[in-house]
Amino acid sequence: MSTTDMTTPDLASPYSSAPYDVARVRADFPILGTTVRGKRLAFLDTAASAQRPLAVIEAVDRYERSSHANVHRGVYELSQKATDAFEGARERVRRFLNATSLREVIFTRGTTESINLVAQSWGRRLGPGDEILITWMEHHANIVPWQMLCERTGATLKVAPIDARGELDLAAFEALLSPRTRLAAFTQVSNALGTVLPIERMIAAAKAVGALTLLDGAQAVAHQRVDVRALDCDFYAFSSHKLYGPTGLGVLWAREAVLRDMPPWQGGGDMILTVSFTKTTYNELPYRFEAGTPHISGAVGLAAAIDYVESLGLERIHAHEQALLGEATAALRAVPGLRIIGEAAHKAGVISFTLEGVHPHDLGTILDDEGVAVRTGHHCAMPVMEFFDVPATARASFGCYSDRADIDQLLRALGRAREVFG
Amino acid sequence: MDLKDLYRDVILDHNKQPRNFGRLEPCDTSADGNNPLCGDRLTLTLRLDGDRVSDIRFDGKGCAISTASASLMTEAVKGKDRAAIEHLRELVQQALTAHGESALPPAELGKLAALAGVREYPARVKCASLCWHTLHAALEHHQHAAADPVAASARASVSTE
Repeated sequence: MSTTDMTTPDLASPYSSAPYDVARVRADFPILGTTVRGKRLAFLDTAASAQRPLAVIEAVDRYERSSHANVHRGVYELSQKATDAFEGARERVRRFLNATSLREVIFTRGTTESINLVAQSWGRRLGPGDEILITWMEHHANIVPWQMLCERTGATLKVAPIDARGELDLAAFEALLSPRTRLAAFTQVSNALGTVLPIERMIAAAKAVGALTLLDGAQAVAHQRVDVRALDCDFYAFSSHKLYGPTGLGVLWAREAVLRDMPPWQGGGDMILTVSFTKTTYNELPYRFEAGTPHISGAVGLAAAIDYVESLGLERIHAHEQALLGEATAALRAVPGLRIIGEAAHKAGVISFTLEGVHPHDLGTILDDEGVAVRTGHHCAMPVMEFFDVPATARASFGCYSDRADIDQLLRALGRAREVFG
Repeated sequence: MDLKDLYRDVILDHNKQPRNFGRLEPCDTSADGNNPLCGDRLTLTLRLDGDRVSDIRFDGKGCAISTASASLMTEAVKGKDRAAIEHLRELVQQALTAHGESALPPAELGKLAALAGVREYPARVKCASLCWHTLHAALEHHQHAAADPVAASARASVSTE
């Protein structure tokens, strides 16, 4: 390595020891240069959907311009290029999750579809007396598919409670586990509260009673390193668009031994080997679970997004977001009338809050007027809202590009809200 | 577009001190309104004199726009008959969604014209119109219930998504 290389550290190196340069990261995201109602955009809604870096936009564009055809079908060169790009993306996801085999990586439409796949396919074996355990802070996507499954099969849904700080009651979770528990399905990070769940202990406890484990990683993958082998879970679901990739694509990782025993859930092209009216044979893993033409450009974009976050370094992104979380929490606590909903000891870069005398939807409108994009509403977690006895909250969430100026802008906008409703 | 055009003094006042808040018991008809996206909930109870609204109250939880809109509505419709209320409802709907300079709210809207600022914030139109949909449901319910005792036992409700 030359001296020049030493003095101008390359951001593209995951092992870079240089300080995290958020200005440089922001420059990678074209949308952050736009304005909203004439104001600088302070995008604080990454937990709903992350913005796309140029690397992702350009990878999708390149694919569409030069490589697109249907996959797994043609013998012509373009079809082979598309297949290589799509399967290359699968390999990129495998490495990202440290999965053992490509057979374990299934492309879906998103976290929601990944969970529904498990409920519809694996869930078919359940019956009366069987139990599924979730937690009180699940996203609706990790509640409703299980309710539907229980209605179909006669199985029972159990819910582990949370406390006033928004932490899981781990003892209650453990007490709800029994040999009847067939699956424990829980989020790694709460989207409404930011709580980081003690997933290692939860997985171990579930395994001890012989239950399988499903992790909703939608809020986790973009903010910390995930290693499915080290976690030792059975299913892991996440969405591309929360990882700076395109919408409409997600991943279900599942342990091969579990997948092998699961029947297909959607029928169609690509998931079969042979079709006749007397007998159809299904394709190998993972294709058996991917009926129809997949979101090829989405997968290409996801692979580029993974390259991008790994070039920044997930550990460094994590440290950056944690620093912002600390600063923003302290600053928000000082705002009169502001109540933070969810004060767990371990949190991701998500702050849910209410402001006394200002309904969250009015707050959302006023913040928008100041260029601040936050989510307001129930965050697809109505049981959490009910638990904290609020109809809705405002939620600010951080990504790799969030900076102190975003927080300052949020604080100014909150001041404006207090003025209007004073 | 200034925020003050949305949060006019009339709206802030009716949000802070909603008029005709609570429930009429007994009442001649009622309906629940629900905006599942925001969590806004509203219950209207009405007393009728023929097809004239002799008294009306609203109860519920919502944002400033939805609370003020319901409060202003109760003031505006009291004493009016069904046809006049339907006419007013259409005028309000037009004022909430109209665009362009020519879209000045008509004088007959009176205080309800304060809600016109909502048109610049499409995501908030439903907050302002929920109470009017709910009122429509309550009046429809009353009409059907008169003809059909089975319908009378059901509760009227609307949900906007």
